Amino acid sequence: MLGYIIRRLWQMIPTLFGVMLLVFVVFNWVGGDPSYILAGKRLSPDALAAIRAQLGLDQSLPAQFWLFVKQVAHLDFGLSWSLQQPVTRILAERIGPSLTLTGTLLVVELCAALPIAVLVAYYRAKLIDRVVTIVCTVAMSVSSLVYIIVGQYVLAYQADWFPVQGWYDDSLLHSWLVFVPLPLILGLAVSLAPDVRFYRSFVVEELQQDYVRTARAKGLSERVVLFKHVLRNALIPVVTTVASSLPFLVLGSMLLERFFGIPGMGNELLAAVDKSDFPIIKAITITIAVATMVFNLLADVLYKWIDPRVELK
Amino acid sequence: MPTSNVASSAATEPASRSLWSLGWQRLKRDRVGYVSLWVVVFFMVLGAAVWSGLLARGWDQEVGNPNTAPMWAAQEKLQHTGTSDGMEGATGPIIRLTPAEDPIADMLAAAEHNKSKYQTMEAPKTDALILGSDQRGRSVFEKVLQGTGTSMLVGIFGALLSVALGTVLGAFAGYFGGKTDDFLMWFYSVFTSVPDMLLLLAFAAVAGRGFTTLILVLSFTSWTGVFRLVRAEYMKQRSREYVQAADAIGASHLSRMFVHILPNISHLLLVQFSLLLVGLIKYEVILSFLGFGVGVKQVSWGSILGEVPTELMQGYWWQLLGVVIMMSTLVTAVSMLTDALRDALDPKVK
Repeated sequence: MLGYIIRRLWQMIPTLFGVMLLVFVVFNWVGGDPSYILAGKRLSPDALAAIRAQLGLDQSLPAQFWLFVKQVAHLDFGLSWSLQQPVTRILAERIGPSLTLTGTLLVVELCAALPIAVLVAYYRAKLIDRVVTIVCTVAMSVSSLVYIIVGQYVLAYQADWFPVQGWYDDSLLHSWLVFVPLPLILGLAVSLAPDVRFYRSFVVEELQQDYVRTARAKGLSERVVLFKHVLRNALIPVVTTVASSLPFLVLGSMLLERFFGIPGMGNELLAAVDKSDFPIIKAITITIAVATMVFNLLADVLYKWIDPRVELK
Repeated sequence: MPTSNVASSAATEPASRSLWSLGWQRLKRDRVGYVSLWVVVFFMVLGAAVWSGLLARGWDQEVGNPNTAPMWAAQEKLQHTGTSDGMEGATGPIIRLTPAEDPIADMLAAAEHNKSKYQTMEAPKTDALILGSDQRGRSVFEKVLQGTGTSMLVGIFGALLSVALGTVLGAFAGYFGGKTDDFLMWFYSVFTSVPDMLLLLAFAAVAGRGFTTLILVLSFTSWTGVFRLVRAEYMKQRSREYVQAADAIGASHLSRMFVHILPNISHLLLVQFSLLLVGLIKYEVILSFLGFGVGVKQVSWGSILGEVPTELMQGYWWQLLGVVIMMSTLVTAVSMLTDALRDALDPKVK
């Protein structure tokens, strides 16, 4: 097991190198020379040269790449171009609000989607299953944007049940109580249908296994079959899917953050793309890539831990 | 193919039917799938008509009064005209400065005198538009049609390019294996370790706007699923007997990869294509909504949705309605077609 983890960590190095190369190619090569933007209105050759020297743009491409690798290794992504603050500090401030929203969303969603999925899978091809499948298909056909736009307008603006948008900078708990409920409901509305369909497929697959027939044949009650045998097996893929989706929590629900003015990572990323603030985009990309690799490893280890039949190669 | 003799022909000559003709038979029997196929074909024809300029050419003409309600929602229109002239209550005697007091009186008089010279001919504006008009008075119906064209264009070409990219890379990785495979798998793992949306935004941040960049950006991020599938298929197929036979008659590597093996997995690619079509259309809508998609002079469902939040607060709901109807119909039809295609073309399902 330990050997496996070490080998996987070792394999991450070339991938991380690749991600850095990709980010470098996209932003330093395709993205072009940013010093004209940074110099602003007072454009003089001296100022341009100074900015280029500061960003290391006067060096050769390999040297610039090496500079970038060193930045990543030191976890120091320099100054944000638009805010002139250290990128690392900005991102550290943004991570709390993101996790507050998406963490809650993940928990509520699992608690809502799993029971529905088990129910419809159990009554497969019956009326309730067909109704839920049709409702899911219709619900998934509407763009997530439409849910958020209409939900915010109807529930917050017209009915005035929730604040339209906002966030308390000083207290996460206070924000959680006041500003999270509506984005939570809308996030649930967007993701419930695909999740129910996804989890349903796991449960359906387990229900067709031989051990279910055996359990029924030896006279176990349906409740025991469903919750003790089927659900425990069906939860294995659910757990690993959730584990590998955790990096997306860090990124937050970008659109929700945008609409509801939540100062999270997703909102920061969108603002950075809007303002061509490359250091922030680079830092977020590298961070999320590392998180994705680590959590994928975690998912595999978790898989082995809850299902000892699995052989890790 | 007439449906009446399906049973007899299948019974007499089962071996001579190709996968595609069998799949077509199965698809035709699947009522939901068959209807969705025609809905998707309808949207493709619509898209082609929009690109070629047959339909919705004048979407950016300001043909109506701003923010007119759809003509079938007359009640709404009355309300709207009633509230827009909210200044009526404030009509009283307007107190003007005397020409002696007014410092710009001379200029005003000159402007008044010259006004007729600069007057432009204004086309008569209409109130009777099938889906109303937007804030500049453009017909929402034509705008939504044009948006449909954009979505189909970006979706179809984006999906085609993704499938092509994924297929070529996957074929090389799966067929040759070894070092080629290692390198391409490294490439793949780099792209999959960054979430799609993040990669899209990173490309969009440097690439600017417009159809071509949009299509390129979408396909650079979406080829990975096809790659994984095609690679696995090629690894399975490369040692099959028909490939060995092709080798024996002197077929080159490229010919074995793309002439012999590719047709055997083409049905999988069709399913992937329709999966990607829905995915890319959804991505395009979000990107254009955020302002990183189509250019400012182009229109797409996403850019229309971008105007909706402020319009809703003023009570103008018809742009939202138009986009939701078109987009939901297309997305539902393509999703159902994907399921039907999978059922019809998967040889394991008999």
